[in-house]
Amino acid sequence: MAEGIKDKVAIIGMGCTKFGELWDKGPENLMVEAFQEAIEDAGIEKKDIGAAWCGTCYDEVSVGKSAIPMAATLKLPFIPATRVENFCATGSEALRGACYAVASGAYDICLALGVEKLKDIGYGGLPQNEVQWGTRFRLVFPNLTPPGAFAMMGTRYFAQHGINPQDGKHALARITVKSHRNGAKNPKAHLRREVTIEEVMNAPIVAWPLGLFDCCGVSDGAAAAIVVRADLAKKFRPDPVYVKSLQIAASSGEEMAYTEWDYAHVETTARASQRAYREAGIKNPREEISMMEVHDCFSITELVTYEDLGISPRGMAKEDVEAGFFDLDGKLPCQPDGGLKCFGHPIGASGLRMMYEMYKQFQGKAGPRQIKNPRLGLTHNMGGIPPVNVVSVCIVGL
Amino acid sequence: MIGITSYGAYIPFYRMNRMTIYGALGWLNPASLLPGEKAVANYDEDSLTMAVASAMDCLGGIERNKIGGVFFATTTAPYRERQNAGIIATVLDLRPDIRTSDFTASAKAGTGAFISAYDAVTSGSADNVLVCAADCRLGKPAGYLEEVYGDGGAAFLMGDSGVIASVEGTHSVSYDFVDHWRADEDRYNRAWEDRWIRDEGYGRFISEAISGLLRKYKLAPKDFAKVVYPCQYIRAHADIGKNLGFAPNQIQDHMFTATGHTGTAYPLMMLVAALEDAKPGDRILVASYGNGGDALVLQVTEEIQKARDRRGIRKHLASKKDLGSYEKYATFRNILGIDTGGRGEEVASTQMSTLWRERKMVLALCGSKCRRCGTPQYPPQQICANPKCGAVDEMDDYRFADRRGALFTYTSDLLAFSLSPPAIYGFVDFEGGGRWFFDLNDCDLESLSVGMPVELSFRRKYHDVARGIHGYYWKAIPVRA
Repeated sequence: MAEGIKDKVAIIGMGCTKFGELWDKGPENLMVEAFQEAIEDAGIEKKDIGAAWCGTCYDEVSVGKSAIPMAATLKLPFIPATRVENFCATGSEALRGACYAVASGAYDICLALGVEKLKDIGYGGLPQNEVQWGTRFRLVFPNLTPPGAFAMMGTRYFAQHGINPQDGKHALARITVKSHRNGAKNPKAHLRREVTIEEVMNAPIVAWPLGLFDCCGVSDGAAAAIVVRADLAKKFRPDPVYVKSLQIAASSGEEMAYTEWDYAHVETTARASQRAYREAGIKNPREEISMMEVHDCFSITELVTYEDLGISPRGMAKEDVEAGFFDLDGKLPCQPDGGLKCFGHPIGASGLRMMYEMYKQFQGKAGPRQIKNPRLGLTHNMGGIPPVNVVSVCIVGL
Repeated sequence: MIGITSYGAYIPFYRMNRMTIYGALGWLNPASLLPGEKAVANYDEDSLTMAVASAMDCLGGIERNKIGGVFFATTTAPYRERQNAGIIATVLDLRPDIRTSDFTASAKAGTGAFISAYDAVTSGSADNVLVCAADCRLGKPAGYLEEVYGDGGAAFLMGDSGVIASVEGTHSVSYDFVDHWRADEDRYNRAWEDRWIRDEGYGRFISEAISGLLRKYKLAPKDFAKVVYPCQYIRAHADIGKNLGFAPNQIQDHMFTATGHTGTAYPLMMLVAALEDAKPGDRILVASYGNGGDALVLQVTEEIQKARDRRGIRKHLASKKDLGSYEKYATFRNILGIDTGGRGEEVASTQMSTLWRERKMVLALCGSKCRRCGTPQYPPQQICANPKCGAVDEMDDYRFADRRGALFTYTSDLLAFSLSPPAIYGFVDFEGGGRWFFDLNDCDLESLSVGMPVELSFRRKYHDVARGIHGYYWKAIPVRA
């Protein structure tokens, strides 16, 4: 009988670079910076690490394939190193590899590192990699970008719930304004300017109904975590953060090829979160979870995620948003660090960046963004597009 | 009896008023102004896609496995080597044991393909031959031909049962009269002096072909309900019929001010228009012009009444939108070398082996239908996508191309590179089941709504100039009335 990993693994050190358009830094520099902060924070040395996972997505425009660039750049001493990739959920995948390796008993200490260098491609948005869905699908996919793929969820959500587009866009703007308010308080965030509802709603359209401010930052950055066996954690520091669950769900193909899915929710989020709640022993997430970092690649993604995670009832996330439920001073603060929206989204690093914020919050080191007495934190990291994707849900606590 | 058993046509959605061209470039050539408008292919249309659209109109409810050949006429084939008719046959999901041929290099190639199909059926070497003709020719900017040329296509099925218009005779003349030409290395057509063309070529060869035909079959102009021949010069067009002894009401409307000169497709598109109005017993004379010309006699039968549900010319002519600007036209035809930006420069390599393996999926839009649970699905699946089924390798081919659907969701994307931004795309739920996402075209964001009916249109998906690849796929468009 599988036992899961609840309370078997603890995070004892983390590092995260500033995210942004880091024109003077290459991915190698970013890896070193995140890694050095993490091992110094953990108080360990390189030789203590049993195995390492590196997450990077668009390897062809940054570090290259395999875990070799990480191992060679960090001068890891001939330890097992693995590269993982799961689109935008890559960072969480690296963390999962490290956590499960420790939980298995194979290693005492593991490293998870995520890195992405997006701003060396010469144009805005993510790299135009036509074969990222495979050489077969490339022949039959529309001329699609991520904003458009998520915008179609906005069109659907509005139609399904009978929301007129202006009201819908207002709720989405409210989500964005909240994240900018939080991001402005975060020195490591990419975008640090507060915005108004009017600015957001009047911004140029990128993909209807999403405007410029409905889209997250496209950034460079890296983040890293040192995880250890839970029973060893207190030897390293008095305030480790324990992993309660780390679940992942990949699309079964039925969302895309069958006709029952409504495109107004993300099925994998619902599946992964239910599994994570079961493993963590959470009965009522709306009441029990203290804070969240969700995958707000676009404002509409954050809106449906509230429902898919079982926090807001179906079709009711808009009411929670407008009531300030997810604000920093609300009942369940979401994106306290600014989220993908403002902290930025260097693909491979994002899942670990979310965890960095949870970790710092639990240790009371979140400065002006500090949430009072958090008990459980949740990260939600999504890779792919609504019809075909992979979602990771991780729950951590004291 | 051998002749036309079905017909269809295609005229692209966009039109351009010739005044728009004149407004942009008339200062270079003040004497060039022509009246009316011309049909303009969208940026993702070419002679191949328009031939497919005409063929789809023609084949309506006809079983594809009855087709025994495809003859494609054009002077603007996307490929010089890779048979274009063979691509069309694959797109239409025809069986492989058929004859396919391209007919080209003259505006009379359309009637040439038509007569060859008639000969093939007559000789018994093929039955039910599909003839399609389409052209998308370029006149050099600021030249007269740029205003003359329009885009469009026509298709006929030639067979020996259910004939709606039988072929009763043909006559051809051939001269190496070099009025318009385009060498291997040319993009644009060239022409000699118009007065010479009009008086020594256009004004003579159509008459010569028609006179020869009348003599050969002992017919006179009064024996015909309609005479169909292309228009190169509006007044000269009227004079040809008049001088041959046809009354003005016998001369088929030339559409020159509605579509422009559509090359190989032109006389065949006019023939479709003539058939739309024809009555049983009508005799129609069709002639083409180009390095000589072909002429043929058609006799309309009672079966014509069964062939009225085509879009043909009339409905396609009525369904239109003005393109608006010359710059847009010049961008669509790659006359302006626009800055596509870094994103637009990225074109992945096309793996010919993948394309061959997946040709039914890509070109014919074939998915699969589960034998166990009946679920249609796209792209073709080996394991049934219905979570309650999951059958393995129990699939039959299932063609989505000729099915309509409802728009399930959509967006218009300004980040994606498009020659006509914003890029619009969405998911389509097909009648009878199945769902896939497609680029949408011939529409704007404001015209779309969740649930609206859409249909599919075969289009060029990408043009990989560096590797010489015209990549094709299907797009969704609002149903054209």
